Amino acid sequence: MTALLELEDVEARYGPVHALHGISLTVEEGSIVAVLGPNGAGKTTTLRAISGTVRRSGRIRFAGRPLDRLGPDGVARLGVAHVPEGRGTFSELTVSENLRLGAYTRRGSIKPELERVFSYFPWLSERLRQAAGTLSGGEQQMLALARAFVHRPRLLLLDEPSLGLAPVLVAELFRIVRELNEREGLTVLVVEQNAHLALQAADAGYVLEAGRVALSGTSDELRADDSIRRSYLGY
Amino acid sequence: MTVETFRVPPVSLLLVAGAAGLLVGSLRSSVFAELTVQGLALGAVYGSLALALVLVYRATRVVNFAQGELAMATTYVAWQLIQWGLSYWETFFATLAIAFVLGVVLEVVLVRPVQHRSVIAAVIVTVGLFILIDGVVNWIWGAGLKFMPSPFGTKVYHVGGVSIARLYPGMLGVVLVSVLLVWALFRFTKLGLGMRAAAFRPAESALVGVRVDWMLAIGWGLAAMLGAIAGLMTEPSQFVLQPTLMQPILVYAFAAAVLGGLESPAGAVVGGLAIGVSLTLVVQYVHPITSDLQTPVAFAVLVGVLLLKPSGLFGRPEVRRV
Amino acid sequence: MRRRLSTLASLLAVAGVLAALPFIISDYNVSLAAQVGVFFVAILGLNILTGYSGQISIGHGAFMAIGGYTTAVMSRDHHTNLVVTMLMAFAICFVIGLIVGLPALRLSGVYLALATFALAVSVPQLPLKWSKFLGGSGGVQSAQTVSHLWLYGAAWTASSILFALAWLILRGRVGRAFRAIRDSEIAAVASGIELPVYKTLAFGISAAYAGVAGSLFVLATNGFAQPSEFGVFLSLQLLVGAAVAGLGSLWGILAGAAFVGLLPSVSSSVPVIGSAHGRDVVFGAAVVLVMLLLPDGFAGLLARLRRLARA
Repeated sequence: MTALLELEDVEARYGPVHALHGISLTVEEGSIVAVLGPNGAGKTTTLRAISGTVRRSGRIRFAGRPLDRLGPDGVARLGVAHVPEGRGTFSELTVSENLRLGAYTRRGSIKPELERVFSYFPWLSERLRQAAGTLSGGEQQMLALARAFVHRPRLLLLDEPSLGLAPVLVAELFRIVRELNEREGLTVLVVEQNAHLALQAADAGYVLEAGRVALSGTSDELRADDSIRRSYLGY
Repeated sequence: MTVETFRVPPVSLLLVAGAAGLLVGSLRSSVFAELTVQGLALGAVYGSLALALVLVYRATRVVNFAQGELAMATTYVAWQLIQWGLSYWETFFATLAIAFVLGVVLEVVLVRPVQHRSVIAAVIVTVGLFILIDGVVNWIWGAGLKFMPSPFGTKVYHVGGVSIARLYPGMLGVVLVSVLLVWALFRFTKLGLGMRAAAFRPAESALVGVRVDWMLAIGWGLAAMLGAIAGLMTEPSQFVLQPTLMQPILVYAFAAAVLGGLESPAGAVVGGLAIGVSLTLVVQYVHPITSDLQTPVAFAVLVGVLLLKPSGLFGRPEVRRV
Repeated sequence: MRRRLSTLASLLAVAGVLAALPFIISDYNVSLAAQVGVFFVAILGLNILTGYSGQISIGHGAFMAIGGYTTAVMSRDHHTNLVVTMLMAFAICFVIGLIVGLPALRLSGVYLALATFALAVSVPQLPLKWSKFLGGSGGVQSAQTVSHLWLYGAAWTASSILFALAWLILRGRVGRAFRAIRDSEIAAVASGIELPVYKTLAFGISAAYAGVAGSLFVLATNGFAQPSEFGVFLSLQLLVGAAVAGLGSLWGILAGAAFVGLLPSVSSSVPVIGSAHGRDVVFGAAVVLVMLLLPDGFAGLLARLRRLARA
């Protein structure tokens, strides 16, 4: 399998503050990769570097093409869907409009995608006219996932999907993500504080610390090593 | 802690009451009816310019003090096209296209660089533009009075004792059709959805692939088109074309936009109609107020709304954090 | 210590140039220089409002009108000493500025800009309504007129005094409060600064300065106060001047005052375009260009140059 996404020595900064000091990672097509680590380690920034939302330098290749010079809209058009922290819901617009925005870069009818989306989230079809901001946190997270799916991306960037959600919903969310990965072949790069949950779903993981990659390996390797689990993953 | 201290009754109630009042008055007095029609027609024009202001504000958070002068300039372009032999309606659509391009160019060249700086810088750029456009128009065409053929002719309809010049329903019709088309654009098309998303949440929009920069520029282009329509519809009602054409209209449009809420397109149009009708009727029936006091009255409305309910009738209250 | 000396030196240099100037240049240019002085006073005040307390005003021409009419009417009816009328203008406008500043507390950003714009347009209409006392569109003629030299002296003396006053205000507690408000209103409140007091005060001070400028302005136009002199364009000029000046630099304010005081006269003689319209085209274009290229005004440019020089 070829690597869908490659990062080589990527640095990023917010103004004068350096957040990433040279991150290198690869994501194989069709896999789920988790990015773990404590607060402030640079996990979210890594996703932002990929989608072009933050100033970055270094090499980023997606399906063989360089992303270095593209802004967020260019990256999105190449087939990368980024669900940011806080879900990026368009609260003022309706659920239906949110979904249509997911398909913004696509031409033609999105009916088949919408039907697939409704099969995963049946309750969405009843809430189409509702203002997205009135949905609960969990529902908005599902909506964000649905919106990303309508985009039909090759790569999904998920930032802290479990944040603020009840455990039952989080489990459901990860189940859907795994299903999307297995049935639709969606490659996923997920940032998570909840390392245990993330590694259960993922095939491989990278542990970040202070803007650098401290550890990497398959999820089995990472879970198997007790010392790693205790020092880096917190359980 | 919100800034509002004044409870306004539900807006829809006010509007229905107002409409009912107009209807009753029109049935009882033919003069009232004629003035109502005239007021609505003028108000439609104010609403068109107010809508332009609101579009620009929503997209780029800038109040374009030069919106009226821009409209005036495009009207002069139309005059020139007619001088060169185009028919009225050919000129109309050509002017709209030119206005669109002008609006886009202005956004890219003037607004984009200063948008993210201070409010003051953006205000001053539009102020400078006001002065510049005024100077350029005066330079190219001079300050003398000019005449444009009215697209509606001078025909007058007589309906049940009320005389209605074809001009007024014409103005009202053109503006309403334009506003409806703009509404349809925003509501039903992908472009419109992208523009709305870009105005509300530029960062999230970029993530789904919306070219935010272009959306804002197109917003300015649309606003310029609406302004051009306002200018083209104002001219016949004032019978002459001169550089000061849109200056009082700008005042009414500001008042209308603020009354409706700077963020509300519907509010701008309704506000315009309300101000048009109110001013026309007040000048007729409230005796100390003569027609040269229309501008101060509009300003009084503007300031009143700003002090009592800054978010306007249709706007959402802005929560001040301090 | 060195900075103190260089600041003192530059102030003395400016004072020296100002004192010598009338003897070097023609009478016409003296009147132009006086005009720059008038704008200097007004822009100094406006800078305190916009720059230091962060509130926009497109309406300070209204305060100039009030000050100017004070001088004209007092002179016409009571033959009051002109300098006394300027002091009166200062006091009256200070109070009115405070009064205007109160409702202004509830507005910010574009809303405040719109409201002050309304002020700029409405106040000059007042003489038309009370034409008996305020002369209507015909205006009010003061009883005394002054020479260009007198005006020059008065304008720049007033500028110096008011500059010193501003300096004293800004280096004290009030100035610190202003700067805190400018940087972050929320943080300022959190540190116990009473926003309403200082914001209203800023309005009062800037209005008072504009009032004095208005008195001088009327004297510059032959002692004649007229509604058409105080239209919207004047308020726009003041705001443009304040923006061109930028923040925190004496040279910036001089640059801003020179920009609005001289540019319109200079651009009247633009070839091709012709006098009347040339002024607007050139001025408008200049305003737009300056705002695009120097968004922090002249003061910002100076700061950048100083940083380059140090590096």
